[in-house]
Amino acid sequence: MSATLIEQGTQEPGFKRNYLNTDHTIKSWLLTVDHKRIGVLYLIAVTFFFFLGSIAAAMIRYELTSPHGILLSSEVYNKTFSAHGILMVFQFLVVAIPAVLGNFLLPIMIGARDMAFPRLNLLSWYMFMVGGSLILLSFAMGGVDAGWTFYVPLSTISQTQISICLVGIFITGFSSIFTAVNFIATIHKMRAPGMTWFRLPLYVWSHYSTALVILLGTPVVAITLFLVVVERTFGFGVFSAELGGDPVLFQHLFWFYSHPAVYIMILPAFGVISEIITCFSRRPIFGYKFIAFSSLAIAFLGFLVWGHHMFISSQSVFQGVIFSLISFILAVPSAIKVFNWTATMYKGSVHFSTPMLYALGFLGLFIIGGLTGLFLASLDTDVHLTGTYFIVAHFHYVMVGGTILAYLGGIHFWWPKMFGRTYSETWGRLSAIVIFAGFNITFFPQFMVGYLGMPRRYHYYYTEPSWQFYHILSTAGSTVLGVGFLMPAIYLTYSLFKGKPCGPNPWGAKGLEWEHCDSPPITENFAEPILVMDNVYNYDPAADSAKYENEEVDMLGGRS
Amino acid sequence: MAHAHPAHEGPEVYFQYESLDQQQESYTLGMWAFLVTEVMFFGALFLIYTLYRMKFHEDFFLAHEQLNWKMGGLNTVILLTSSMTVALAVHFAQKGKKAAQLTCLGVTLLCAFGFLVVKTWEYGAKGDHHLYPNWTFSYGHEEGKEHKVKSFWDDTLPQALHIEKKEMHGNPERAKLFFSIYFTLTGLHGLHVVIGIIAITSLMILIWRNSSLITDYVPTELVGLYWHFVDLVWIFLYPLLYLIPR
Repeated sequence: MSATLIEQGTQEPGFKRNYLNTDHTIKSWLLTVDHKRIGVLYLIAVTFFFFLGSIAAAMIRYELTSPHGILLSSEVYNKTFSAHGILMVFQFLVVAIPAVLGNFLLPIMIGARDMAFPRLNLLSWYMFMVGGSLILLSFAMGGVDAGWTFYVPLSTISQTQISICLVGIFITGFSSIFTAVNFIATIHKMRAPGMTWFRLPLYVWSHYSTALVILLGTPVVAITLFLVVVERTFGFGVFSAELGGDPVLFQHLFWFYSHPAVYIMILPAFGVISEIITCFSRRPIFGYKFIAFSSLAIAFLGFLVWGHHMFISSQSVFQGVIFSLISFILAVPSAIKVFNWTATMYKGSVHFSTPMLYALGFLGLFIIGGLTGLFLASLDTDVHLTGTYFIVAHFHYVMVGGTILAYLGGIHFWWPKMFGRTYSETWGRLSAIVIFAGFNITFFPQFMVGYLGMPRRYHYYYTEPSWQFYHILSTAGSTVLGVGFLMPAIYLTYSLFKGKPCGPNPWGAKGLEWEHCDSPPITENFAEPILVMDNVYNYDPAADSAKYENEEVDMLGGRS
Repeated sequence: MAHAHPAHEGPEVYFQYESLDQQQESYTLGMWAFLVTEVMFFGALFLIYTLYRMKFHEDFFLAHEQLNWKMGGLNTVILLTSSMTVALAVHFAQKGKKAAQLTCLGVTLLCAFGFLVVKTWEYGAKGDHHLYPNWTFSYGHEEGKEHKVKSFWDDTLPQALHIEKKEMHGNPERAKLFFSIYFTLTGLHGLHVVIGIIAITSLMILIWRNSSLITDYVPTELVGLYWHFVDLVWIFLYPLLYLIPR
């Protein structure tokens, strides 16, 4: 293989070999075992699913502009919000950062040539696509109306295409399990000489914690959803009360995975934010070990709080108190991270580049999302707020405001590394601001209308026409948000063809992927063997040069 | 690779690894990580079983008497034997004794098929007794003596007779729950046995053909680890399902 590659390189002068131009056939992409190409395949796939999920979201928002509904019948509305939830949770949020950025960067960050199991990695992508296709097939055959939570008994008696959809989710689940197995073996065994555990970038720590949660949680939801399929197909009654089972048991098992799943979504985001903030503050990260271990603490505690989804589902008050207490404790490691990121910026040399704006947006939105989570973790306020738009707003602040902003920040940060070209900083910064503004206009009114009592999953509210104001505000915001999401899609695609080619380290960042690796990387990642001598993040704010390669456009003043 | 790892004798090292040790350790660790997932997969079902058995112990005891503990015991012996032979296969793989390794894998394969044959007999018998926990389920048909368990007349029966009947058959709803869990657990375990058969067969073919994919003992060890796990699940299933104490 290497012989042919070198031959190609010698064919024309100035030709630089990298993972993108080694081969151009479709087959070479579909059969690739290169972790970087698999990351790009995932990038295309999750963008597609995100687009479909966004269409469903737009339909929901349009429907809610009138108290009587204007677009959808009740059945179609149920199917629409189910499609939105299922696509966004299982086909986008859970995989977005680990499968796209994690696949691409993890081996490079630890100084390896590839994942431990490259073929398993490709298999994961195919399983992800098969699972996604089955989910889309179930929508095409008439849709699913039980929401993304599939609560029994609705999901066992519903006449819609739930079985096919659940099989799809099951397969997608095993795809992420295989990714997690790969991550764990890679992080344990593939580190370059000198790359000790405490020299690992925090990005790697957070992906390690994520992989542990996936490994322990996903099989539980897989078997739970499998039992629902068995119940629908053969009439085995484990969950359905009329067949002798216990529906609340379903909720316990479902949330045993699906609460940790929130951390599967947010922990990789924490990793991205750690990288971006330390790079654009030009300071070593504050409290490295605290951030590293708080990831593990979140992974551990995340398994002990599932009951806070069930405060009103016949759980005893004693259980409620315990779950409430642990949920409060779980806020501590998250807060440790936020304080450490803030402390990293203090007395740093802060550059407001596009990735940094996304990261700062993340901080603001994650704080609101996290603190409103405490309202919901308190037993008495939760009784008022549960099942309302307050919850919808809360988890969108964490999932969209947290995960998607970090995902976009990470994409903007590593885009020059992935494709060797820079995008327009002006448009990048503008998109970060538009998304931040659009997001808040969309979801902040939902806190208010939820507090007033608007139930989630309803599309009529004609008894309270005054709520229309909040819904129209929210829909207007979602339009802005949609424009914000379209902007990166356009200028990033444009940059692939017309962007200015960049050097290996356009941000002046530290880390193996910037300092020892071309942009875009060669197939083997590194031209020479890696020996790690330094600690990670050895930035020096005093020695910061005023400009770096990608900073000609200085819309916001550049430094503070 | 121009910068590739030092040339060495013996088994091939894939390009992403620096050394054979690293490759072997990675594979073994990956398999253990996957088995952790499998433990959680079955763990959720064991949890469901435990909760319902604690709640409906009497009914589960009565329902479990429908299972044939001798058949289950026979299958336990078969699987334990196969576990021993697969361990021997790994041992011979490390020693490089190909013929002995193939023989041991062959015996393991036979045991796996034997297990499935016994299991099929058991499933067939359950079908004859209308114990499939679906719409055909009918609890209380025994040796031609038919009586409806939950009829209007049951409630008018004398108390003593009612209790006697209940002791004989238990609550059919709960029995159905027991058989739901029984079929799900043993069915999933049986699926794992089938996957094991596919894995062992593929391994044997590759070894037989001196495939370049099998360069050392690690593939045999991975299949062995998986097979031990399948065996271990049954070691828990057998007492939980077949040997419920009064």
